Amino acid sequence: MDGFLDTPAGPVPRVRTRLSARDRFQTATVRIGFGRNDFKVVPGLYCVGSPSAASPVIVTGNYKLTFDAVRRELCGLDVWLLVADTRGINIWCAAGKELFSTDEVAFSVTRTRLAEVVSHRTLILPQLGATGVAAHVLRRSCGFSAVYGPVRASDLPAFIKADNTADEAMRAVTFTLRERAELIPVELYLLGKPLVVALLACFLLSGIGPDIFSPGAAWSRGLAAACATLAGIAAGCVAVPLLLPRLPWRHFSPKGALLGAAAGMINALAFAPGLLEGTALVLWSTAVASYLAMNFTGSTPYTSPTGVEKEMRRAIPIQAGAALIALSVWLAAPFA
Amino acid sequence: MKDYRYLDGVATLRLDADACIGCGMCVAVCPHRVFALRDHKAVIIDFDACMECGACGRNCPVSAVDVRPGVGCASYIMGVWLARLTGDRVKPGCC
Repeated sequence: MDGFLDTPAGPVPRVRTRLSARDRFQTATVRIGFGRNDFKVVPGLYCVGSPSAASPVIVTGNYKLTFDAVRRELCGLDVWLLVADTRGINIWCAAGKELFSTDEVAFSVTRTRLAEVVSHRTLILPQLGATGVAAHVLRRSCGFSAVYGPVRASDLPAFIKADNTADEAMRAVTFTLRERAELIPVELYLLGKPLVVALLACFLLSGIGPDIFSPGAAWSRGLAAACATLAGIAAGCVAVPLLLPRLPWRHFSPKGALLGAAAGMINALAFAPGLLEGTALVLWSTAVASYLAMNFTGSTPYTSPTGVEKEMRRAIPIQAGAALIALSVWLAAPFA
Repeated sequence: MKDYRYLDGVATLRLDADACIGCGMCVAVCPHRVFALRDHKAVIIDFDACMECGACGRNCPVSAVDVRPGVGCASYIMGVWLARLTGDRVKPGCC
């Protein structure tokens, strides 16, 4: 925050376009997953620089990661920033959940008395917000017409300079290596409790043998099983996102299975068990990686719900079957 | 996004060329450049790039574009299936 600007609708807070060390630290922790569901700024009207009544109005959401991503790109501009209440969720997801909606934008315009602050009647909406906002309805409900800005905030200065026009590249989503890598920490963080339970189960189930329960086997075989689980996670949650466009096939589950089988093989060789146990370990890593890769569809910007549902109907029975066989073989091996 | 293609022939996207008034809103909002404007009418130039986000349908002033919108997220769809089985409400997922 950098002081206030007096307007006919009251003082409007001015935001800085440079992120502080604290902002960066918060961004890092949220990218890992901590406090991700409560990372918000107060909705309302803000300004950047010294905007006049004729300056453009940029609309965004109140997830702080989104707010920061927008303001850091506005260096040197004089604009109004209208922050809608998207309950701390990014624009695209909020639009899909009807949180960033026609009504919400209209409400923000009315509540901040924007009509008294600016002389024009145009809002620059984020393009990805179009899933939730109907531009033609918005004009009727609050008197402001919507122009869809670029997908990425970094293109905003060029968009405004070009008289509110976007070229093809500004209008298309991307999924660069960097964008994919940024998602990995949260993917891992979201595993959370189920992962702890799975690892515990690995050790407990591995101890079962001819002498009912062997603590020695629980440790040695359990370690191999736990590492097989971790190998599956490394393949499905880390390697698949990183290598996504390089992997064969369009379905996500075989991409994960391929890398899971490779990681599982390395793991099985490292622990060098017999053929039976080795097969179980590789099968388990493959199933885990395939399932997790399939779950990564939710983090990509190009999978359609109809397509994902189609893939799931085919893949889940195979993944569940492989996991069951792996478990049965693993449990049976000490008796063989 | 040329490096990324998901399944072909599955999208629920439909365009009614007769109803289209050629305003170009669908062309503007589509994040995968599925539409183009030709002779004052929208045309689908890349059907299989559609991820069914629903932006085009919502912003078409004459309802010429129709798509069943949703999120292509496996864990969300799983949540919907589980909710249907248990009769519970869909739990809010990761996003």
